[in-house]
Amino acid sequence: MNAGIKTLRIDGRDVGARGDQTILQVARENGIFIPSLCYLEGLSPVGACRLCLVEVKGAARLLPSCVTRVEEGMEVTTRSERLDRYRRMILELLFSERNHICSVCVSNGHCELQGLAEKLQLTHVHFPYRYPRLPVDASHPRFVADHNRCILCTRCVRVCDEIEGAHTWDVMGRGIEARIITDLNQPWGESESCTSCGKCVHVCPTGALSEKGRSVAEMAKRRQFLPYLTMMRTQR
Amino acid sequence: MTLDELERLAAEERAAQRKTACWLHVCTAASCLSAGAAEVKQALEQELAERGMLNFCKVKGVGCMGLCSAGPLVAAQPEGFLYGRVTPDDAPDITRSLVEGRPLRRLAVPGDLPFFRRQFKIVLENAGRVDPERLEDYVAAGGYASLLKVLNEMTPQDVIREVTASGLRGRGGAGYPTGLKWSTVAKSQDREKYVVCNADEGDPGAFMDRAVLESDPHRVLEGMAIAAYATGARHGYIYVRAEYPLAVARLRAAIRQAERAGLLGNRIAGTPFSFHVEVRLGAGAFVCGEETALMASIEGRRGTPRPRPPYPAESGLWGHSTLINNVETLANVPVILREGGEWYARIGTPNSKGTKVFALAGRVLHTGLIEVPMGISLREIIFEIGGGVPEGRRFKAVQTGGPSGGCIPEEYLDTPVDYESLSALGSMMGSGGLIVMDDSTCMVDLARFFLEFSKGESCGKCVPCRVGTAHLYDLLDRILRGESDGAALAMLEELSDLLRHTSLCGLGQSAPNPVLSTLRHFRHEYEAHLEGRCVAGACRTGERR
Repeated sequence: MNAGIKTLRIDGRDVGARGDQTILQVARENGIFIPSLCYLEGLSPVGACRLCLVEVKGAARLLPSCVTRVEEGMEVTTRSERLDRYRRMILELLFSERNHICSVCVSNGHCELQGLAEKLQLTHVHFPYRYPRLPVDASHPRFVADHNRCILCTRCVRVCDEIEGAHTWDVMGRGIEARIITDLNQPWGESESCTSCGKCVHVCPTGALSEKGRSVAEMAKRRQFLPYLTMMRTQR
Repeated sequence: MTLDELERLAAEERAAQRKTACWLHVCTAASCLSAGAAEVKQALEQELAERGMLNFCKVKGVGCMGLCSAGPLVAAQPEGFLYGRVTPDDAPDITRSLVEGRPLRRLAVPGDLPFFRRQFKIVLENAGRVDPERLEDYVAAGGYASLLKVLNEMTPQDVIREVTASGLRGRGGAGYPTGLKWSTVAKSQDREKYVVCNADEGDPGAFMDRAVLESDPHRVLEGMAIAAYATGARHGYIYVRAEYPLAVARLRAAIRQAERAGLLGNRIAGTPFSFHVEVRLGAGAFVCGEETALMASIEGRRGTPRPRPPYPAESGLWGHSTLINNVETLANVPVILREGGEWYARIGTPNSKGTKVFALAGRVLHTGLIEVPMGISLREIIFEIGGGVPEGRRFKAVQTGGPSGGCIPEEYLDTPVDYESLSALGSMMGSGGLIVMDDSTCMVDLARFFLEFSKGESCGKCVPCRVGTAHLYDLLDRILRGESDGAALAMLEELSDLLRHTSLCGLGQSAPNPVLSTLRHFRHEYEAHLEGRCVAGACRTGERR
């Protein structure tokens, strides 16, 4: 592996890194905040939410820091007027896409989308809300999937495939019609591959996947298992 | 098949063809077939047989002759008389004219039309001349000679040097230098490499790659084999959309023929070089023309793009170094190796060499397939080759690059056609679709049409493209329905800027182009719609409620 040691500069700070690390990993190690939603340590990065885009000197485009490897002498800017504006707009697009009324959500107060909106000082959504009528799948004995809260980050798809090894979840449809599905678009409760392990519920950043019996603001997620499980696999 | 055997086959085929004094070439590409070319061909064959003329004249199915608007086309060779809109009932008249040695005026298409005179054919040199279903005919026209020359006389480095010298750039739209791409794959130390031909042509109104595959499939195979030799690949895939059944059938037949002749497969032409080609069918997703989505689809996964780098040259199919070229790019390769890179580089402009195939569609007199040298002006293409806008209407704009490109209005028509000039106008070269619009087209409606396409074809992976294209479409739809105010235009611009700079792949990055270019050149049409009017008079729902 190209694990040589690199030094680079993030927001004017000189930092050291291993060559196989990404900008996002190095920034977080050094306490530099870069927003992200689809990224989760322990799962393969996909670069889909576009919130972690950063400016790299000499690069023609903005680069997703979750998949961009560090290079010697790189100069990275993680905050700028332009980046803040784009990030707020992307959050607005997510809020406008489905139904994210926090006050009646099981994950109110524990939601990553909500947390980022606060952190990036999103005061209002100026795009028209789409409010599609999407189903709530409560067929599973222990869990609920509320598609109205889903932001299609595909963390559930990846944790189920990469960590649990079941690949119950996948994406169906294209564009604005894309949906998370279980098996061949069956009710979750009828899925034959689902092991009911609950990993998907706990990696879900919003209230889209939750445990039954939780009311408003009661669904806090526990992700501590993930670094442990990935470490068990990679360093065995 | 060795070089000697190839030359012998070519000579035999040419001698056999010379025995027949006269040939009737019937276009059997998709456009003419849908106009009834198969029935015409059958009627001509029957007529010749009944008159006992088969020793004197034979009928041959050939590829696209270009002037699709006049199909079905029949050409009488060697005189070169061209007949258009032929029906099976015309067979007796055509055969009679052959006996008399005079052209049949009733059906004649003037051979000296600017449509034919102004073209320069490299990629399409065999289209309309050779039978796409017969390897022998391609060989008789000099086919596979470049491949065998390369295998026998050149090192992979020589080949790459020649392609680099030609200045050839990717014809899929982005215009990446082909020689450079080949050299990066060749440099890779990977033991397993792949060559992929991107034939997932999906732009509305574009049919260049389809025509090449239907007219001259062996040329693409030869280009792929040369690319494989130059880069060190042993396996190749042609990713072609399932909506092109004729192209798929001809490709598959061509692969079988070439394998049987020892021009594909193990130890080609007795050299140590082996190359196997497989066809993979796309299931109708536009985004699968994007190279990383295309590779995911070949691997059997959902066709969604992934961030680059790593580029396919470093990590492509199943993680191996992969070369991906468009159909037209590969179809240029045999000619470059035959005539030399320097020869090719003399055609075109300093930064855009060679020729480009365009699919001319929309409101022009002569629609069809053309090949022109780079640097020709849009005005020459539309008004000379295309014959201009049919009478009674005025030219308004031309859309280049399909849903990823933009429209170009009359004042920029003298712009030379090359990669940089079109990008500077807010459009792009794209794969080669040219859609001409007259003054009956509403430009806001046009933008909505392309956004409807992009919205439906967005894969849904990244947020800006998934949600942004839907919002852009809704905004345009509301403007067209007369339900918006000035704030809508600002929001269109704001969203377009976001999509262009933050989307994951080229689809999302270029999806706003139709909006931005119509806003740039036809802003008054948007403003008129805000007041409830349609400048083109095309939108009935333009009145404010």
